[in-house]
Amino acid sequence: MTRATAIILVALTAGASAIAAEIPLAERKSGYDFMGPDSRAMQDDDTANPGMFWVLDGEALWKRKAGAAEKSCADCHGDAASSMGGVAARYPAFDAARGRPVDLEQRINICRADQQKATPFSVESKELLALTAFIGRQSRGMPIEPASDDRIKPFLDAGRELFNRRQGQLNLSCAQCHDDNWGQKLAGAPIPQGHANGYPIYRLEWQTLGSLQRRLRNCLVGMRAESYPLGASEYVDLELYLMWRARGMKVETPAVRP
Amino acid sequence: MARALINVPPKAKRGEIIEIKALIQHEMETGFRVGTNGNMIPRDIITDFICKYNGEEIFRADLHPAISANPFFSFFTTATESGTITFEWVGDNGFAVAESATITVE
Amino acid sequence: MTQHADHLHATRRRFLTDAAALAGGLGLGLSLTLRPATATPATMQAALKKVVGEAPLQKGKVKLDVPPLVENGNVVPVTVSVDSPMTPSDYVKAIHLFNEKNPQPNVIGAHLGPRAGRATISTRIRLADTQNLTAVAELSDGSFWTDSVQVIVTLAACVESL
Repeated sequence: MTRATAIILVALTAGASAIAAEIPLAERKSGYDFMGPDSRAMQDDDTANPGMFWVLDGEALWKRKAGAAEKSCADCHGDAASSMGGVAARYPAFDAARGRPVDLEQRINICRADQQKATPFSVESKELLALTAFIGRQSRGMPIEPASDDRIKPFLDAGRELFNRRQGQLNLSCAQCHDDNWGQKLAGAPIPQGHANGYPIYRLEWQTLGSLQRRLRNCLVGMRAESYPLGASEYVDLELYLMWRARGMKVETPAVRP
Repeated sequence: MARALINVPPKAKRGEIIEIKALIQHEMETGFRVGTNGNMIPRDIITDFICKYNGEEIFRADLHPAISANPFFSFFTTATESGTITFEWVGDNGFAVAESATITVE
Repeated sequence: MTQHADHLHATRRRFLTDAAALAGGLGLGLSLTLRPATATPATMQAALKKVVGEAPLQKGKVKLDVPPLVENGNVVPVTVSVDSPMTPSDYVKAIHLFNEKNPQPNVIGAHLGPRAGRATISTRIRLADTQNLTAVAELSDGSFWTDSVQVIVTLAACVESL
């Protein structure tokens, strides 16, 4: 490993206790800006972006009748291009019945269970990814607008605390890489700022589309921290904070990322 | 059925050199990965990609496991006449997908 | 005194192991423990020979365009262009791509013709390690031309588990 990488690792793991400074709003960059021109071209061209396969699958699922109620998403929500514009940009959103925020995947499953009377899709399933990608695509280019009312505040604080908390065997926090050392290299790859503005993403490492929760689990494993259980509320709190951190940045779903 | 995304310019001038892009959904399982049971996952890839312009072959590719999942190709051809450009992907386990696009050449 | 020195050594050893683990664990896949036999420069030469036969392999006319340091070995965008008038009497018949260190040496064999107009192809490939990538163009007159690029791969072609 290079000397530069070694120095960063020493600084991070040796217990430097400076509180991570949030990135100033004007200095925020999307993961897109850290990619090379070929990956950016892959994301920009709908006919060259493999993530679009899931968007097309989602479009088909949107119209398919399901469950005991024999209803499709379209039966209630009509044409997604008009009804879903801006929706993904403001998730996670507060769900009054549950008294806490839910992410888009949970929202889709709530509709499946309550409205369509169908079994919810399992975590990271093809169908759930397809619908999330399809709905997210309808917000592409729109600014991220997380909820700001008082009900959301305790969960946003929980997410912020998770982001800044040192975890795992390496005693690293998300902030140490993504707030303090973004732009520096780790094993030859640039560290991005870690904004969740393009999910679900087509990740080159996976060679498939995947959710933010999958990416967060990868990070946690990399930090040698124990992943939260599948579907844990920690992921949603963290996503809430990440979307607040990325407020105003444009949705890029389905993004391509290394 | 595996999805495919084709990019062919709908219109072109006679003699113009046009770029064609094709993307197909396929995992391209290399046959070199070890599964959770400790056994090698068998190879399952697209082996051939054939593009024809009004029935005449204009591009063909022999693929190997080193091609990434969701294979993507970009290549060029000369717009000779109006008609149909067909795309065929053939692979292991009887994989066969066909797509087409029309082009107007003036 | 000795105890203190031992502790220091142990800490440094642990740090180096952790650092390697960090790099390995951040999904960076720097080393594959279970790996089938890989191609070698020799097998690549054999694969090249199968295509080229006894004809000389000349440097020139071919331009292999690939990022010198790839973002991820699973999806490496590659463009091969061949300098050719692409007329019915002088055109590129085929473009082949070979690698040195993947499990096997062939990547793709693309067949063109004079109708192509431009002898340029692009695709996305997998690279399992830092290695040499070689493109070979077969022209209509039976000659073979080549270009080679050394590609650095830190995030090797292997699928990360959930």
